[in-house]
Amino acid sequence: MITTTGLTKVYRSRGREVTALDGVDLHVREGEVYGVIGQSGAGKSSLIRCINLLERPTSGTVTVAGQDLTALAGRGPRAGRELRQARSRIGMVFQHFNLLSSRTVQDNVELPLEILGRSGKERSRKALELLDLVGLADKAKAYLAQLSGGQKQRVGIARALAGDPKVLLSDEATSALDPETTRSILQLLRDLNRQLGLTVLLITHEMDVVKSICDSAALMEQGRVVESGTVSELLATPGSELAAALFPVGGEAGGDDRTVVDVTFHGEAATQPVISQLSRTYNIDISILGAAIDTVGGLQVGRMRIELPGRYEDNVVPIGFLREQGLQIDVPGASDREPLLVKDGAK
Amino acid sequence: MQPLLEQACWDTLYMVGWSTVVAVVGGLPLGILLVLTDRGGLLQNVVANKVIGQVVNVARSMPFIILMVALMGFTRSLTGTTIGREAAIVPLAIGAIPFFARLVETAVREVDDGLVEAVQAMGGNTWTVVRKVLVPESLPSLISSTTTTIVALIGYSAMAGTVGAGGLGDIAIRYGYQRFETELMWITVAVLAVVISLIQFAGDFAARSLHRRGGRSGPGPRLRLLKAKEPAAADISKVA
Repeated sequence: MITTTGLTKVYRSRGREVTALDGVDLHVREGEVYGVIGQSGAGKSSLIRCINLLERPTSGTVTVAGQDLTALAGRGPRAGRELRQARSRIGMVFQHFNLLSSRTVQDNVELPLEILGRSGKERSRKALELLDLVGLADKAKAYLAQLSGGQKQRVGIARALAGDPKVLLSDEATSALDPETTRSILQLLRDLNRQLGLTVLLITHEMDVVKSICDSAALMEQGRVVESGTVSELLATPGSELAAALFPVGGEAGGDDRTVVDVTFHGEAATQPVISQLSRTYNIDISILGAAIDTVGGLQVGRMRIELPGRYEDNVVPIGFLREQGLQIDVPGASDREPLLVKDGAK
Repeated sequence: MQPLLEQACWDTLYMVGWSTVVAVVGGLPLGILLVLTDRGGLLQNVVANKVIGQVVNVARSMPFIILMVALMGFTRSLTGTTIGREAAIVPLAIGAIPFFARLVETAVREVDDGLVEAVQAMGGNTWTVVRKVLVPESLPSLISSTTTTIVALIGYSAMAGTVGAGGLGDIAIRYGYQRFETELMWITVAVLAVVISLIQFAGDFAARSLHRRGGRSGPGPRLRLLKAKEPAAADISKVA
């Protein structure tokens, strides 16, 4: 639905060059919620603004719903008619809501429809319908000053949906909200994604946002996408920073008398009582040091850090059993251990 | 004495009224253009911005009485005369346009860039941004700016007496100063004070009630009064 290839954005000011985006390739599938996470300055904001060409990419292409937006943009700094029409089919939600204080709630939602040149009757029908959808039907005539932050963001979402977009861009939509309100706004986005088949691309610096609603995620650092994929793909990637952040497990690495392994569930195996099977089969005591399990897309995914008695070498068979169950096993600090194994084998 | 003052009052209001209308019609687009053509603006054009800015600065720092004399040729070509009320309106309006334009520029600059971005993201063009965001969102400030301009124009209009345009300032100088009718001068001063206070009060009230609905507090009882005032506000936005 959204594809960027080799997206680069360089800001030039007073002879200095700042590279905000450095060859970003992103692929967002139709109907999914895709989260881009990264710290401030990682280039997330530039990325989302390049998607609807609010920022002109220095190079690279952006394709939304099969339409190459970078080709529509033209050379001048101003947006031509074709680009503006394409933008009207992409909804956008902002961190600071960006609603007009001179208008009522309903008039704010009608604004995109005014731009599209719809009749007054149609505008008001559509606006009321959308306000009902976001749960603000009773606030239609209110001014913004009378609304709470969460309600304002609901108005922002209703406004973004006014043009019947297939794609919704969310620029830190929940970053100015408290945790409780954040949850309800995320739930709303998730519902809209399901009900309307809306493709959502959101940027955030909060891991919880990705965890609670995203089907796929990408991690940005210094203008590059460092990791990306569906949540279960990320979990299956050994050493994935995103997976570690999404499913953090505590506990220290193994020592001489104990072996610590990270078990990653992604898919079927999570429904099997593997740990107790392991314990019974090999008659060993297993301690669970930490675990983070979640239901993502109907499947249980997550990670668990367990401790087995004895050295790693003594536990090769039980670990092999876990691997046979279709689980992914990582041994924290394994890279230090590997040469040791080779040496043992050589003896 | 009373018909004299009455006539002077009307003369002043006539001159100030018309020149305010011209100043708003001319100054509003000019002020918006100053914002749009600035670096990072929607119609970024550094040369145009510098030229407009310079013209506005020079015109604004010109002493009014000199502007009036300097514009005599232009005034005659426009009104056919250089004396009387109509003739005074030309320099008054021309003097007030750059003054109002600067105030408009300051007011429009206050509008949050995020709102502009939001309208662009909806597919709006520059004209939409001006019409739906910049003018309505800065309306309370624009009304205050208009009030300031009217009060400044009343000040300028006192000098219009020098071209035989009459008005309250003219009375104060001719009768109060030149004929030592101190009493008449004080009456003029009092009338001016009342007129200025009324205009300032009306302007502040309009700006405040507009601001109220967007501001922190909920809708007060003034909200209903405001509805009656809205058409006047809409006129200004139409001009844009």
